[in-house]
Parts: sequence; structure tokens; C-alpha cells
Amino acid sequence: MDYSIPTINLSVIGPEIIILLTAVSVLIIGLFPNYRRWSISIVFIGIIFAFYDIYYLWNLNQVGFDGMVLADNFALLFDIIFLIGTLLTLLLSGNFINQYIRGTGEYLSLILFATLGMMLMASTNDLIVIFLGLETLSISLYILAAFRRSREDSLEAGLKYFLLGAFTTGFLLYGIALIYGSTGTTNIYSILNFLKDGSVEIGILFYIGMILIIVGFGFKAAFVPFHMWVPDVYEGSATPVTAFMSAGVKAASFAVFLRLFITGFSPIISQITGILAVLAILTMTVGNVIAIVQTNIKRMLAYSSIAHAGYILVALTALSRNIESEFSAASIMYYILVYTFMNIGAFGVVIYMEKSEEEVLKISDYAGLGFKKPFAAICMTLFMFSLAGIPPTAGFMGKLYIFSSAVESELYGLAVIGVLNAVIAVYYYLRVVIFMYMKEAVLDFSYLSARPVMALSLSISVGGIIYLGIFPQSLINLLTNIL
Amino acid sequence: MLKEYLPILILLIFAFVFAFGILLLSHFVGPRKYSDVKGEPYESGIKPFMDARVRFSVKFYIIAVLFIIFDVEIVFLYPWVVVYKEIVSQGIFIFIEMIVFVVILLIGYFYLWKRGAFEWE
Amino acid sequence: MVPLNYYLILSGILFVIGVTGVLVRRNAIIIFMSIELMLNAVNLTFIAFSRYLNSIDGQIFVIMVMAVAAAEVVVGLALIIAVFRIKETVNVDEINILKW
Repeated sequence: MDYSIPTINLSVIGPEIIILLTAVSVLIIGLFPNYRRWSISIVFIGIIFAFYDIYYLWNLNQVGFDGMVLADNFALLFDIIFLIGTLLTLLLSGNFINQYIRGTGEYLSLILFATLGMMLMASTNDLIVIFLGLETLSISLYILAAFRRSREDSLEAGLKYFLLGAFTTGFLLYGIALIYGSTGTTNIYSILNFLKDGSVEIGILFYIGMILIIVGFGFKAAFVPFHMWVPDVYEGSATPVTAFMSAGVKAASFAVFLRLFITGFSPIISQITGILAVLAILTMTVGNVIAIVQTNIKRMLAYSSIAHAGYILVALTALSRNIESEFSAASIMYYILVYTFMNIGAFGVVIYMEKSEEEVLKISDYAGLGFKKPFAAICMTLFMFSLAGIPPTAGFMGKLYIFSSAVESELYGLAVIGVLNAVIAVYYYLRVVIFMYMKEAVLDFSYLSARPVMALSLSISVGGIIYLGIFPQSLINLLTNIL
Repeated sequence: MLKEYLPILILLIFAFVFAFGILLLSHFVGPRKYSDVKGEPYESGIKPFMDARVRFSVKFYIIAVLFIIFDVEIVFLYPWVVVYKEIVSQGIFIFIEMIVFVVILLIGYFYLWKRGAFEWE
Repeated sequence: MVPLNYYLILSGILFVIGVTGVLVRRNAIIIFMSIELMLNAVNLTFIAFSRYLNSIDGQIFVIMVMAVAAAEVVVGLALIIAVFRIKETVNVDEINILKW
């Protein structure tokens, strides 16, 4: 046999390499207590360099590694979303890092490794790399979920996430194997060509494989029959970790869905619109209905995040019905960006409220916050408004785009159910606001001190949802042209 | 054709007869005495002093875990070795690639060492 | 040569045994072993397809899956040990303080 080196273009994975080097260096620096305080600055410098590299690669549409890795604008946009999520999370983790000072290196590097996994998932064109990225992400998150290893709830969250995650990895892999077997390739473009070609009949194995892949990523993105892990893991993990995974994992899974639906499976994707619609209705309804009865704010946000996965799934269903619709794809990306801001922001306020030992996580604990800590309360109010979809926040525009994309694809029933769900959701989001402004305080909030770094993160999130809510048009134009 | 297999058949018959013959012979001829010492797992030698089903230290798990990490990475070396000779003539890249891979592993090793994972206490 | 279908049926059976093990057993380590069985069933599928299609991609995928599975083993065992140190059990029914 003749062997030759495929064309490798290292600049395609420039942002990934920067993140990897940063992660490795903070891991090593974390070993030396005298230099440990520098690690957080190194992380920020690394992220800034990664942003710069993305700016440099923008519009260049580079391809490398024999077509396995792409740096098209789609991938770079998702890289930006992931890095924003990482940045906001790290700004919120100050307290957590101080509490587990010996684990600084591990915490920071695991967050960065997880980000690296997400970036790989978004910027690849090959099922092998998607799988590797997903596992880089998941394995880092299993450890992060169990990071507070002296606490029973954290370990339980880690173990549950691990067992269920590894279980679904098996299904995902089996799906990939069947697709490989029926098409003879793992490259998404080659799969597209195989399907377009039409000379070979598409066998049942291919459809089973496609369904199994949707199940695998549906687990990560928390679609409803596969959502059992979400509330437990979100409650048991440390809150900064919860914030990180609620935004990042979902964004990465939807990036893969978009890539697969728009290129790989596009000729036959309209055949599974029905399945996707059922999943969307289940996900929205179950998430919203169970969220109503929650008393713990982290569990409530967990169920709300399931519901939000359902809203995004509505747009994905619309996309599968009408695969040429750039507007549906744009509405998904817009919503994911907005969701990153508003959800990490909401968790940010939860982090701010936590005491170090005895945690303040009941919704009733927020009573009276509005008068004692006006800034935190205003931020929380805006995040809740945005999550509920009340104008002028970006959450409203996001829902508007998603439901109009469903209408555009003539899925009227789905759009109506979505709107009804959004109405149900208003109840439990506004309950938090009512507690904050209309009830007497039960706790004295004297333990809460000003935390400028955290305030910066919250301000960025608030700025994001207000700006995107009032001026969405330029971003939507950009997103529609990205594909 | 079957004729060629005749010696094997003879061998089989001979082996069976011989093996069972010896067993039967010792069964009928040999004397038999039972005692406590004879009933022990190790008939001659050290006296058993504890239950065989003990929990052993969790440190062994850590050694096993470390072994798995470094052991399985070797799997990437095999395909590399197979094609090395043909590709190295096209450029040194393949060599540098493996150096990078091994350096990443070494960083992990250094991290474990410094973190005290190899200390037995 | 053994036909492709035999390998696919064998790996399908192994996969189903793995899934059943995960769903039926309650010991975390055995659940974990069943998951590994699932992954190896997939590996068998990949190798069979790779041989049948005469394409090397499947074998490369198997190498990747093996490495990833090893990383998962490490993290999983570490988690199970950590849980055992605190709870003195690896029965997943007894690990249940989080619920609604």
C-alpha cells in the first residue's frame, strides 16, 4: 500500500490549539502553590488570544486535515458562543475557586478542556471528530460535576451523569457504526453525496443509525424521554459548573444537530419531522409543567433548561420540514446565544446568593431581595423576564423568531403549543420576581458582600440580553448569511 | 483418506485407556486416610490465617487506573509504527507528530507525579 | 469467509446484553462493565464493516473508541471509589439523596 500524509493545516484549529495550551499550562501551574494566583489571568489571556484568532479566521473558510476539520463562519460563530459561556462562567467562579484552592488548576483546565471539546464538535465535518469532541466535553463534565468530592450530593450527581452519559454514548456510537456501515464513510459531506447519489438504496440500517445519533445527542441536550439526569446533576453539581454545562452542552449538541441536518442528512431529514415534533412537544411540556412545582431554584432552572431545549427543538423541527430555510437555522443560533447570556446570568445570581456552608437555594429564600440588594434583584428580574420571553429582552425576540420559523414551515399546531408553553412558563419565572419584590425578607442578607468580578459578569449578561433584545436585526442578518 | 487419521485414533484410544487406567488403579490399590491438615487449601505449607475474600487497599485501584491510562495510549503507537518507514521519507512530520503526542502524555505523567499519585505512603 | 451478517448479529446480541445489564443490575461496577460491553459490541460492528467495505476508517474509529473508553474507565472507577469512600456502598439504589 502507498501511504501519504494528508494535507494538514494547523491554522484551522488555531483557537482549539490556543485553548489546549492554556489548559495544559494552568494545569501545570496549579501544581505550584506560589504561582497559582497567576492561573486565572493566564486563562483570560488565552481566551482573548482565541477570540483574536477567531477574528483572524473569520470569512477565510479554511479547511484542514483532509477535510475533517473546518473553520467556516458557522464553526467560528459557535466557538464565540462557547467562549462567551466559558468567560462568563469563569468570572462567576471566584468564590468556588477560593473554596477549593488546591483544585484551581484542575477546575480551570477541566473547564477549558470541556470548551475544547465543544469547539471540536462545532468545527468538524467528520463523525469521528464529533465523537472525540463529545467525549472530551463529557468526561471533563463528569469530573466537574463530582468536583466537590467530600459532598455526597456532588458525588451522586457525578456518578449519575457518568453512568447515564456513558450509556448513551454506547447508543450514539452504535448509530455512527450503522451509518458508517451503510454509507462506507464517516465524513458528513460524503454521507450527503451518498444520499444524493440515489444509485444505492438507503437501507433500514441507515435510518436506525440516524435515530440512534439523535437519541445520543438528545440526551446531551436534554430532550424529554432522555432528561432524567438533568435535575439531579444540575442540583448536585457546584453552581458555576451547572451554569457552564447548562449553556455549553446544549449549544454544542445543537451545533452538531445543525451541521448534521443541514449537510449530512439533508436529503432525507424531512422524513423524521414527525418524530422531532413529538420530541419538541414532550420536551417543552414536561419541562414547564414540572418546573412549576419546584421549590429549589437550581432544580427549577434545570427543568426550565429542559423546556428551552424544547423551544430550540421547535425551530429544529421547522428546519427539518424546510431544510432550505435559513431563517430557522438563524433563529436556532440566535436563541442559543441569547440562552447562554440569560441562563448563565440567572445562575450567576444564584451563585451570588449562596452561602459557603449552608446553601441558600430555596425560591422562598429570595424573598425581600429587591429592597436589600437592588442590583442583584434587578439582574435576576431581567434574566427571569428574558427566560419567560417578555419584551424588551432578547428572550422575547428569540421565542418570536423560533415560533415564526415554525409558522414559516407551516407547523401551526407546533407553534401554538409552543406559545401555550411559553405562557405556562411565565408563571414560575415571575414567581421568583414576586418573591423578590412583594414578600418580607426571611433571611438577613448581611452575609452578601459586593463582588465586583461577579457584577461584571452579570452586567455583561444583562447588556447582552438588552442589546440583542432591542437591536436583533443586525445579528439575525449575519446569522442568515452564515450558512 | 480416512486412513491417514488412523494413528490419531490409536493415540486417542491409548491416551484414554492409559489415563483412566492409572486413575482406576490408584483408586483401587492406594490406601486412603483423611485428616484436618489434608483438608486445608494448601495441604503442605503455610497454615491459612485469614479469609480468602478480603478487601484489599483502595491504592491498588489507583495503580490500576494509572496503568489503564498509560497502557491504552500505546494503541496509537502501533499504526504509527506500521507506516513509519514509508512516510518518514516524505518528511519529518510524522516523527514530530509522535513527539508531540508523547510530550502530552509526559505532561500528564509529570502532573500525576507532582500531585503525589505514585506515593504509596 | 464468515458473512458480514453473522458479525452484525453477534455484535447486536452483545449490545443488547450490555443494555440489559445496565437496566437490570444495581451494582455500579457491573453497570459500568455492561457499558463497556456495549462499546465493545460497537467496536466489533466497526471492524466487521471495515473489513466488508475494505475501508480503513472503521479500524481507526475503533482505536479512538478504545482510547476514549479507557479514559472513561479511569474517570468512572475514580468516581465509584470516591462514592464508596463516603457511602460504603456501590448499589445505585442506595445512592439517592437527590430527588424531587
